[in-house]
Amino acid sequence: MAPAKQKILLPAILLANDLLDGDVIFWATRGWSVDPAEATVARDEAEAAVLQTVATAALSRGEVVDAYLVDVTLRDDGLPVPNHFRERFKIAGPSIRQDLGKQAAFAHLRGRA
Amino acid sequence: MYRYDQFDEAFVRERVAQFRGQVARRIDGSLTEDEFKPLRLKNGVYLQLHAYMLRIAIPYGTLSSAQLRQLALIGERYDRGYGHFTTRQNLQFNWPKLRDIPDILDLLADVGMHCIQTSGNCIRNTTADHFSGAAADEVEDPRATAELIRQWSTMHPEFDYLPRKFKIAVTGAPRDRAAIRAHDIGIQVVRHPVSGEVGYRLFVGGGLGRTPMIGKLVRDFLPKAHLLAYLQSLMRVYNLEGRRDNKYKARVKILVHEIGIEEFRGRVEAEFAALDPAAIAADPEEVARIEAYFAPPAFVKLPETSQRLAADRARYAAFDRWVETNTFPHRQPGYTAVTVSLKPVGGVPGDATSDQMRTVADLADAHSFGEIRVSHHQNLILPHVRQDELYALWTGLVGAGLAEANAGLITDIIACPGLDYCALATARSIPIAQAISRRFASPERQREIGELGIKISGCINACGHHHVGHIGILGLEKSGQESYQVTLGGDATENAAIGQLLGPGITATEVPDAIERLVAVYLARRQDGETFAEAVRRLGIEPFKAGFLAAPAESAHAAA
Amino acid sequence: MPLLDADGFRADPWQRIAPGEPVTGEAVLVGLAELPAVIAGRSNTQRIGVEVVNTVRLPELSPFLGQIDLVAIAFPAFADGRAFSLARQLREAGFKGAVRAVGPVIADQFTHLVACGFDEVEVPDAIAARQPEDQWRAALASYGATYQTGYGAGASILERRRALRAGQGTAS
Ligand code: HEM
Ligand code: SF4
Repeated sequence: MAPAKQKILLPAILLANDLLDGDVIFWATRGWSVDPAEATVARDEAEAAVLQTVATAALSRGEVVDAYLVDVTLRDDGLPVPNHFRERFKIAGPSIRQDLGKQAAFAHLRGRA
Repeated sequence: MYRYDQFDEAFVRERVAQFRGQVARRIDGSLTEDEFKPLRLKNGVYLQLHAYMLRIAIPYGTLSSAQLRQLALIGERYDRGYGHFTTRQNLQFNWPKLRDIPDILDLLADVGMHCIQTSGNCIRNTTADHFSGAAADEVEDPRATAELIRQWSTMHPEFDYLPRKFKIAVTGAPRDRAAIRAHDIGIQVVRHPVSGEVGYRLFVGGGLGRTPMIGKLVRDFLPKAHLLAYLQSLMRVYNLEGRRDNKYKARVKILVHEIGIEEFRGRVEAEFAALDPAAIAADPEEVARIEAYFAPPAFVKLPETSQRLAADRARYAAFDRWVETNTFPHRQPGYTAVTVSLKPVGGVPGDATSDQMRTVADLADAHSFGEIRVSHHQNLILPHVRQDELYALWTGLVGAGLAEANAGLITDIIACPGLDYCALATARSIPIAQAISRRFASPERQREIGELGIKISGCINACGHHHVGHIGILGLEKSGQESYQVTLGGDATENAAIGQLLGPGITATEVPDAIERLVAVYLARRQDGETFAEAVRRLGIEPFKAGFLAAPAESAHAAA
Repeated sequence: MPLLDADGFRADPWQRIAPGEPVTGEAVLVGLAELPAVIAGRSNTQRIGVEVVNTVRLPELSPFLGQIDLVAIAFPAFADGRAFSLARQLREAGFKGAVRAVGPVIADQFTHLVACGFDEVEVPDAIAARQPEDQWRAALASYGATYQTGYGAGASILERRRALRAGQGTAS
């Protein structure tokens, strides 16, 4: 587990849980977004380092918890899909309740976990 | 059941105010996340995969109908209309927002409930036999003892920052339905063989997780009045000596294992000898005050068996099946204790919707003196039902999808939340339970197989008790896929045993077939009236291992 | 590091003496290894305190308890709760001097510390800055009564119930 401690594979996105809501959120062009489709994708180490800096700063400001980088594969439509099944569940929602979590809110996540 | 007096009430309100302040101080930066996390855990707030999770204490698994209705309300107002009953007799909500939790705690306090010590490295919610006060084989209702421990352990200033979590379970009966030997301390109410005095037998160092151990006898007989002093001594030895260098070795079971039970007992007794038990104990009037709350309800005098029930059973086959599996002998003639199954075929073990909670609350008012229990099998219990009224109760349950006739059978599966919710999971557990439950859905087949407990955990932490399942299933990750290890021969009762591994991990889709093969070995080899667990004890695991390995285990891994 | 007791932050009268340093001053805080010699060589009015790690055991301290005025116990981390038991043992053994927690304890632990027999805490600057005096005072006032008899100064809930039963109203 503990993806944060592993060496980051690329491409990668930054995700976290919102401190107050607990929602899974993604670092995007205009700050944090609840939609994985908007996640900023780091394609090289320099971009990943930027995301890491964002994570550290957000954690120390206390606006998010459990922020870490996740390696992804870009789907044909550009949606970043985590390579590890844990992170796919984390983004989509419970596999046993398709009516809950982000899969319920975003059509692009349905049936993909 | 126990009701808060002015002091309990004031205390819980103060706890809510304290937590509200802690959340505010987290937001304003007074507390860092590292500081806040243990504080929120001590009040039952976890961060799971998709959201926060709130774990609500249901002390010794006893709930009133009013409390259950309040949980239903909270589920609707602040969650997604359902809750998850756990093997620790608690209730978990999976979607609360941190900002709402202080308000939820207020609603809980309104009905004498809280989340105190449902997580964190402190003394956790004390659990007890879910048939307490109803079971015929009981020396004494263990809940008075559990309530005494609840109060004593609540915010204990000395034991709030232990090396690791600490779980206490109490049973009042020789048949252990509270898995006491899978707890850090297991307490059995016993009668002294010579004097006849009621006291306690204590086990220490049980626990599951990555190093499963069965609790060891630490004190054969402890006078009741010495309980709190003895617990204080034991906790002090653990607090001072328990390992803190490695969280996987920090439970008391490891300390007991490393220094040996004799040495451990000696240290506890030395600490105990230096204390004045009377200064720590609750006085007799206080004990009597608590015990009075657990006095039997106003049962009416009834014949041992009910004509009415016999007639209803003869008339309705489905009802008859349900009575056969889901009722438990009551000490009071004409009454029975009913298991309300939270394991519908293909459902999520332990989940109940707010509507279902209200239905159970109403039925409890109508048929069970307004009392409900949560069992560590993730079911609900109506403890005191008149046999005459079983049919009426059953029709009410059928309407709410709560009348599955499977208590103790192969589809009465325990499963932890696993990777569908839990941030620590290595694999999913709920879909495995659902697939097995669908495979064995046929009521006739379930009854033919008889008593069989399958328990599933989504990682090595063993929240689903897989080590003590007759069949245990542990979800792991193997080469980037979910993989499941199957164990056999576990037992959570007075015959407590840890299951043995049957072979290499298999894929999720292979699990139902593997279970089929184990069941086939049992059906082929069982002797008259022998349960699955008894057959395994007699035959050993070899024949089952052969059955388990009969099909290719690894093939699907390569393909996926 | 800032020092704080139930009345708030205050100046620290105790002077830490490193091994080998001259033991001068009105109130000196020394390590356990130095303690016997410091006691032996003490000047008339000098007050002596000992600073220990939380793995020290009561029998190692017992011989000196009648001759010292302060035991300072280290908290390597706020979640390492061994010192709570050690402080209790000191009090149960009859130690009447001051007991101090040294390390990153937080305001939220203040009631527990006091209930277990601590009088004061010495915290890192960063914690004192984030958690000013009012938070520590508020923490101390957060509970009217708790369940454990014999921990802390006030009557426990059990004792209050007893008093109520005896018809004396609420004791405090
Ligand atoms: C979903 C969030 C949960 C988390 C993060 C979690 C965490 C853990 C951890 C880390 C352990 C291992 C403790 C150790 O070995 O020292 C554990 C054990 C355990 N948990 Fe959970 N758990 C969760 C949910 C549950 C649920 C839902 C239940 C009840 C169904 C439960 C009941 C237990 C039990 C019975 C054990 C093993 C017994 C023992 O303490 O040795 N937990 N849990
Ligand atoms: S066993 Fe593992 S996956 Fe299951 S609830 Fe416990 S920690 Fe989570």
